[in-house]
Amino acid sequence: MTVAVPLSLTEAFDELSRTPEARLIQGGTDLMVEINFNHVKPVDVIALRRIKELRTWQVNSNNTITIGSGVPYQEMELGQLKELLPALAEAARTVGSPQIRAAGTLGGNLGTCSPAGDGLPVLFALDAIVHLQSAVTSRDLSIHEFMLGVKRNARNANEIITGVTVPVLDGWQGYAKVGVRNAMVISVASACLAVDKANNSVRIALGAVGPTIIRCRDAESWLEQQIDLAVATSIDMTMAKEFGRRVALESKPIDDHRSTAEYRRHAVGVLAQRLITRAYSS
Amino acid sequence: MSNSIGNEMYTLRINGQDRSVKDAWVGESLLYVLRERLELPGAKGACEQGECGSCTVLMDGDAVCSCLVMAATAVGADIVTVEGLIEKDPSMASTAEVITSQITDVQQAFIEEGGVQCGFCTPGLIVAVHHLLDKNPDPTELQVKESISGNICRCTGYGRIFAAVEAVVQVRKASR
Amino acid sequence: MSTVKQDTRTRDILGTSALRPDGVAKVMGSFSFSSDMWAENMLWGATLRSPHPYARIISIDTTAALLISGVSAVITAQDVPGKATYGLISADQPVFASEFVRYMGEPVAAVAADHPETCRRALAAIIVNYEVLTPIVDPELAMLVTTEQIHPDGNLIRHQKIICGDPHISGDITVEGHYTIGMQDQAFLGLEAAMAFPDSGGNGVELHIATQWLHEDRGQIAACLKLPEDNVRLVLGGVGGAFGAREDISLQVHCCLLALRTGRPIKMQYSREESFFGHVHRHPAQIWMKHHATQEGKIVKVESRMVFDGGAYTSTSPAVLINGITHTQGPYQCDNAVVDGYAVRTNNPPCGAMRGFGVVQACFAHESQMDKLAQACGLSPVEVRLINAMHTGDKLITGQVMESVAPVERCIRETDAIPMPEPLAANANVLEFPGGSGRTADRQNIVRGIGWGVSMKNLMYSEGFDDYATARCTLSNGIASLKFATAEVGQGFVTLAPQIARSVLGVDDVVLETSDTQIGSAGSTSASRQTWMSGGAVDGACRLVRERLFEHVGKLHNIDPIRLMIEHTDVIDTIGTFRISVTEATQGITLSETFEHHHRKTEDLDANGQGNCHVAFAFVAHRAVVDVDIELGLVKVVQIATAQDVGRVLNPLSAIGQIEGGIAQGLGLAVMEEIIMDNGRVKNPSFTDYLLPTALDAPRVVAVMIEEPEPQAPLGAKGIGEPPCISVTPAIVAAIRAATGKALSRVPVRPQDICL
Repeated sequence: MTVAVPLSLTEAFDELSRTPEARLIQGGTDLMVEINFNHVKPVDVIALRRIKELRTWQVNSNNTITIGSGVPYQEMELGQLKELLPALAEAARTVGSPQIRAAGTLGGNLGTCSPAGDGLPVLFALDAIVHLQSAVTSRDLSIHEFMLGVKRNARNANEIITGVTVPVLDGWQGYAKVGVRNAMVISVASACLAVDKANNSVRIALGAVGPTIIRCRDAESWLEQQIDLAVATSIDMTMAKEFGRRVALESKPIDDHRSTAEYRRHAVGVLAQRLITRAYSS
Repeated sequence: MSNSIGNEMYTLRINGQDRSVKDAWVGESLLYVLRERLELPGAKGACEQGECGSCTVLMDGDAVCSCLVMAATAVGADIVTVEGLIEKDPSMASTAEVITSQITDVQQAFIEEGGVQCGFCTPGLIVAVHHLLDKNPDPTELQVKESISGNICRCTGYGRIFAAVEAVVQVRKASR
Repeated sequence: MSTVKQDTRTRDILGTSALRPDGVAKVMGSFSFSSDMWAENMLWGATLRSPHPYARIISIDTTAALLISGVSAVITAQDVPGKATYGLISADQPVFASEFVRYMGEPVAAVAADHPETCRRALAAIIVNYEVLTPIVDPELAMLVTTEQIHPDGNLIRHQKIICGDPHISGDITVEGHYTIGMQDQAFLGLEAAMAFPDSGGNGVELHIATQWLHEDRGQIAACLKLPEDNVRLVLGGVGGAFGAREDISLQVHCCLLALRTGRPIKMQYSREESFFGHVHRHPAQIWMKHHATQEGKIVKVESRMVFDGGAYTSTSPAVLINGITHTQGPYQCDNAVVDGYAVRTNNPPCGAMRGFGVVQACFAHESQMDKLAQACGLSPVEVRLINAMHTGDKLITGQVMESVAPVERCIRETDAIPMPEPLAANANVLEFPGGSGRTADRQNIVRGIGWGVSMKNLMYSEGFDDYATARCTLSNGIASLKFATAEVGQGFVTLAPQIARSVLGVDDVVLETSDTQIGSAGSTSASRQTWMSGGAVDGACRLVRERLFEHVGKLHNIDPIRLMIEHTDVIDTIGTFRISVTEATQGITLSETFEHHHRKTEDLDANGQGNCHVAFAFVAHRAVVDVDIELGLVKVVQIATAQDVGRVLNPLSAIGQIEGGIAQGLGLAVMEEIIMDNGRVKNPSFTDYLLPTALDAPRVVAVMIEEPEPQAPLGAKGIGEPPCISVTPAIVAAIRAATGKALSRVPVRPQDICL
C-alpha cells in the first residue's frame, strides 16, 4: 500500500496515473471511518491536504464564487464567505463538531455524495457547478448531473473534484437541519432555501429525504405564481403552509433507525414553511 | 517532488520534535500511531469515528480528531498532543517523561473545579480548551459549549468542565 | 499515589473539596487506563461473535485461521477447561457458545495474534456453520409455556408478586397507564480492555482489568479456568467509567484463556461497536400501573404489572426485577398493593446492571402516574406529591419499615424553592433553541413546560446478599497507607478514602496501595454503595489503627488511652496538656489493621413479596424546565432543579459531579438514548446513532444537597450516585407533556411522538 501526499494538482495527477485505483482523501472524516471499521481497505491513497490550490476560494467577476474542494467547513462559517453565502455558512455550522469542521470539506461531501451530506442541499439550491479535472481534461458538471444516487456520483476514476462555483444571489437564503440532539447529528431532514430576486424565483433543496438531494421544482414554480418573489415583503401563513405541504409532497423519505418516513416528510414541510416565512418577514 | 510512502519510514512532527514511524501499515490512523508506535498514549480512542473527541490533537493549529487522520498523510503538519501542552524543558526526552509540576493552567483548573472523574475524555478536552482559549480568550458561555460540543463526557454532565473553563478565563483576564 | 496537601491550615479532611489524587495524571494523559497497557512479548486477542440473534451452531472450523502467519491460538467452547458457563446470579452464560447462539454478538471463538490486523483476518477465516432460527424477541410471547424455551433454564427468569394490605380495596379516583422504557446503554468512554499475564508453568494468571468488582470477577474466572482462586490474581486497571456495564464478565475469561494457551501476555480491547455487543444494557420494560386514591388525592392502593426484558442470559435480572417492583410505590405512602413482576429471557441482548438498576423503569411509571393522579384530583404536581410523601417510620409495600432518614417533603419543597430560569428571550442565540445550530425553530414555535419527578432508591445490595467491603490501614512515620479492592471507576473513592484517613488519624500524607485481590472483597462499585461500604471499611480500619495508636502513646507516656484524641494533626490528652504530633508518635513503628464493613442483614421476599429486603434508601426530587418546538418535536432541556437527600456531604466537588453526571444520563434516557432493536438485531451500535448528550445539550443544573445525617451510615452519608439519574427522566417527560399536551408514555421520547 502506498500513500502519496502531493503538493500540487500536477503532482496529484502524476500519482493518480501511477496508481489509478488510488482512493482520494481530503479531510478523512468519511474515508477514515470506513478504514477504521474495516469496511474499506484501500491499496493506494492520495492525500490532497497539501495541495494549496484546492484550499482557496475566490469571488469571480461575474458575481459567482468558486470554492476549492479542500476548503474546510470552518472557513465557510466566517468572514466574506459567510456574508456572500449565508446559507452555506449555516450549513457548515451544523456539520459534526468543531473537530470535524476543521477537517471536513465540500469536496468530501461531494466525493461521498450521501443524501445526508450537510453542504449538498445548499449546492443544489444554488445550482452549483462542480469542477472536475483529470491529468488531461477539465470539465464542469451541474450538481444535478453530478449526484446520481446514494453515495454515487458522476466523477470518473481519473478525476479530482477541484471545486464548486456558485452564484451570489440577490435575495434571502437560509438552511435548517433537523437532528435529535444539539450537536454532532447526522441529518434526519434538512432544507436550503434561496431567493433569486433577479429571476423572480425561489429554490428549495431537501437533504436526507431521498436517494439524492431533492429540488422541489413543482413547489418552487407554484410559489412563483402566487407572489412576486422579487418585491414581496411578507408572505401570509396560509401560503407558507401550502408551500410547505407541496415541498413535503416532493420528498421521498424512507424509514430507518434514525427516523420514520412520516416524520421526515412532515419535518421538511415544516422547514420549508419556516424558511419561506423567514425569507419574507420584513 | 511528491512524497510516496510505502512500507517505509515516514516522519511526523509531534510536539515540536521529528518522530520517525517505521514498518507501519500506512492505513493506520494518527491516533493509532501516537498510541501504539510513538509512546504518546494521551490521546484516547472511544469511538473510531470522530464522534467523541477523546482523540483530539492540534494539527497545524486546528483541533482535529486524530482517529480520522491517516497518519502517513500528516507529514509536514505540526501536531501537538496533550503531552505537548505542558511547558517542558526542550532537552528532556520526548515521550512519556513529563514533569508533574508543570501542568498548564487549564489542566490545573480541570482538577480544581472537579472537571475530571474517570478521566477518559479529559486529554481531548484539555486540547480542545487550550485551542479555544488560544483563539478566543474571552468566550461567551455558548461559545465555550459550542467549542467543546465535539467532546463527549459521560461522567460529569459538563457542569464542572464549564466551571473549569470559566476559572481559567477569569484568571487569565486578571493577569493581563 | 501521594496526597500531601502543602497548606495544612486547610486540611483535606471529610467535608472539604479535596482534589483527586489521580487528577494530575489524568489531565496530562499519563494515567494508565487498561487500554493503555503494554507488555513485552504480548499478543493481541480478539473475539468472534455471532451475527445472528438465534441460531444453532452446526460446526466451527478454525483450521484456516490457525494457518495464518502470526496467529498463535484459536479457541472455542471445547477449550474451556473448567466451568463452561458463568454469571452473576445464575451461571447460565457460556464462555463461548457451543450448541446455540442466543443473541446477536454472542462470543463464539477467540484468537491471539501478533497484530490487531492479523486478529481481524483470523476471525474472518473462522468458518461457523449456523442454522439460523427465528428469534423470540417479545417477552410476552417468551413467557408463555407453549413458546419454545430458548435456554435449558427456561424463558422465565423470575416471577415475583407483591401483595400487601387489602388487595381488593379500591379508591374513588383511579388512574392507570401503560409505560414503555427503551433499552439504554451505559456507554462508558473507556472501552473494555484487559491484559492477562500467564504464570510460567501455566497454573495461574494475573489479569489487569477495568472492572467494577475484582473478587466477583475472580470467582467466575477461576471456575472457568479450573484454577484455585488464589492463583487467579486480579489487579484493577484504570477504569474509564462503568455505570453498571462492567459488573458482568466481558473479555476476562477469553483473555486469560488465550494467555494460558499461548504462554504469553495477551492484550484485548473492544472497539465501540464491539463494546455495544460486549456488555449488558439497561432492561427495556413494559409497565402497567394503576393508582387508586381518595378524592383528595391520597393514594389508597397501587397495582402494577412489570415485564423486564432480560435478553438472552440471566445476568442480574432477578435483582433488577426486585428493585423495580419494590419501588412501585415510589417515595409515597401506600398501604395496599398488588404487583406482579416478570423478568423474561428473549433473544435480545442480555440486560443487567445500569445506574438505577430497575428503579429507573419503575420511577418513570410511578411519576407519570402521579401527574395523572394530580390532574384527576385537581391538584398540582407538587401538591399531589406532598400529600403522599413518605416519612421515616412508614411501612413499605414489602412490609419493611422505612428506617432511613426520609426527607421527601423537604426534597420537594427545596426543589420548588429554586428559582425558575429566565424565560426564553425573543432574541436568544439560536444555540439556546431546541434544534440548536440546525436553526429549525423560530421563537414563536417554542413552548416551555415544567415537570416534576421524585424518587426513592435503595442503597447497597438486597435480599440477604452480604456485600461487605474490606480495607486495611497502615500507619507509620506519619504516613497512612490504605489498601482496598474498591474499584475506582471515576466516582472519586480514591479521593474520599484519604479524606477519611486524614480525619480519623490526623495525618495529611496518605498513600493508596494497588487495588487488587491481595486483600478481601470490597463488593461492587454499584448500587450507590461504596461511600457507605468501602468508606465504612476504611473508616473502620483507621479507627482500629487509631485505637492502637492511643494504646501505644498512652503506654509510652503513662496516660490512659481513653483520654486521648486526635486534634488537627496531633494526639492530645483531653484532660491534661500532653500533645504529640501523629508523625512523631508514629516514628519507627508500624500499626496496621484490616476491617470488614458489613451492613445490616436483609431478608428474601416471601411469595407475597413481603420481607425486609433492602438496607437503606435515599431520596431526591427533580424539577425540569424544557423548551419544545411543538411542530418538529425537538426538545431543549433548559434547567434541572434538584434537592437530593445525601445524608452528609463528604466532598462537595465530588457530590455535585455525581449529581450533574447522573442528570445528564437521565436526560439521555428521556430524549435521545436508545439501542434500537429490530427482531433481535441491534441497528445502532455506534456513537453516530446512539446519541449521548453533548455540552450543548447539558441543562443548567441547580442543586441543593439536603444533609440529614443517616444514623445507619458509617459516615452519615448516603450513596449519591444513582438518585440523580432516576427521577430526572420522568421530570423531563412531564415537562414535555406540559408544553405539548401529549400523553407520552414511552422513553426516550422521539420527535414523532411529540408532533405526529
